[in-house]
Amino acid sequence: MESVIFVASHMFAIFKKEIQQFFSSLVGYVAIIVFLSLLGLFIWILPDDNILDSGYATLDYFFYIAPNILCVLIPAVTMRSFAEEINTGTIELLSTRPVTDLQIILGKYFAALVLVLIAILPTFIYFYTVYHLAAPVGNVDIGGVLGSYFGLIFLAAVFVAIGIFCSSITSNQIVAFILGGILCFTLYNVIGQVAHFSSFIGKSDYLIELLGLNSHYDAMGKGVVDSRDVIYFLSVIALFILSTRTALSSRRW
Amino acid sequence: MSVKVTNLTKIYGAQHAVDGISFEVNKGEVLGFLGPNGAGKSTTMKMLTCFVSQTSGSALVCGHDIATEPLEVTKKIGYLPESNPLYYDMYIREYLEFMAGLHKLGKITKQRIDEMIEVTGLTAERKKKVGQLSKGYKQRVGLAQAMLHNPEVLILDEPTSGLDPNQLVEIRSLIKQLGKDKTVIFSSHIMQEVQAVADRVIIINKGKIVADDSTEKLQSRLGNEMVVTAEFKQEVETGLLSRISGIKAVTKQADGRWSFVADGDKDIREDIFNFAKEKNLTLLHLNKEEYSLEEVFKQLTR
Repeated sequence: MESVIFVASHMFAIFKKEIQQFFSSLVGYVAIIVFLSLLGLFIWILPDDNILDSGYATLDYFFYIAPNILCVLIPAVTMRSFAEEINTGTIELLSTRPVTDLQIILGKYFAALVLVLIAILPTFIYFYTVYHLAAPVGNVDIGGVLGSYFGLIFLAAVFVAIGIFCSSITSNQIVAFILGGILCFTLYNVIGQVAHFSSFIGKSDYLIELLGLNSHYDAMGKGVVDSRDVIYFLSVIALFILSTRTALSSRRW
Repeated sequence: MSVKVTNLTKIYGAQHAVDGISFEVNKGEVLGFLGPNGAGKSTTMKMLTCFVSQTSGSALVCGHDIATEPLEVTKKIGYLPESNPLYYDMYIREYLEFMAGLHKLGKITKQRIDEMIEVTGLTAERKKKVGQLSKGYKQRVGLAQAMLHNPEVLILDEPTSGLDPNQLVEIRSLIKQLGKDKTVIFSSHIMQEVQAVADRVIIINKGKIVADDSTEKLQSRLGNEMVVTAEFKQEVETGLLSRISGIKAVTKQADGRWSFVADGDKDIREDIFNFAKEKNLTLLHLNKEEYSLEEVFKQLTR
């Protein structure tokens, strides 16, 4: 227990600095504003699919659009986390302090995750709105919405881990951003699509689909928070965090 | 023994950046690390601070092994990396607070930061962002950061690069003062600096130690010849000057001064003075040259 507190207290110094940097460099504000305005535009204003036109009091469209925006937004938030430190050499300052690589990574990870959660938080207003638009008032699938929010938060947590990893393997922020975006999109969307290739159908399509994030996110969207899905999300996060650690320590060799 | 290095080696691909070096540094000693560019100074320092790991060999910092106890080692070391990387978008105090957080200074944080800002002469600039500072002041922030947690061993990689002459003097005297109760290892390729600050010099070339001695001893190693420079107001011929007793050779330098090499270790200044008096020459300048580390360095790293 003591060692856990020890790890956390060193991690907190990094966490605090990252949060400070997010909001002193405007990255934080820009990320939140872009996320909310894009989302608001798609859900309420742009024609055809928006909630008001659809005539149903559901947030399904919100939970369909949000992951796609996060695919772009999260790599943009995380692209600087290690790439900039490697580029300016400040990684040498961090690595020569009495902190472990894992503490550095987790500090940065949780800082980025908290920023994304702050961006997601105001969307509860959408839920409140839909709740009151429903006839009779409150006639919405609360279980489904809560499950979807859990799914979205897990999805964001995976995307942040991917983004941090991509940032740790390059000193160029643009490369980190593009790589992160591609990887997030592949894991979220492409793998699920690949499973539907005719050559896989009836054979390994189910297994391939399970590898992607999409099927687990959809499963949570039904309002069932299954331990298998949670374990899947946590394993992917752990995989990318440990890969980041390997990438960082390879610089010592 | 503060730092003990045994056969430390770092190989990058086929290049032996550091090739089996061994040395020891005692508490309260200021060690100058001298060498041409690419000699392996920075790599050695990066290994001692656990930033890169060694290929073979070992090193102990305050009794802790750099390979197996990096957390203990980094607690004892204050490090100023070569290019002095800093977070440019942070305020000085904010940056130092962050560093203090990584060292878990706790309650003494504010007091230590105030002390460091004063010691490094940052008081007038303390409200600025790091990125707004001039190079010399950035260097001071780097030094403040290195000393913040009151480490037993200070490792400074080219601490005076980019400083103006006044700042040079200040930082040098700061290093010297620090060396009284700490172990300081600093690298430089400026000989005068090492001469002025260090008690001991290690000259490193192509990854190997070519000299490890006190500054005085290194100079006297080559200093058994006595060289005197003199300047006369009048034009003098070489032939006339070579007749002065006790002189082995005399050459005219580009700046019009004469350089005399003594035969044996006799002080020839007296002879030159008497010669000038005898010939009614006006002596404008007379100086006994000391072999500087620069020449030692040139000879050893050739």
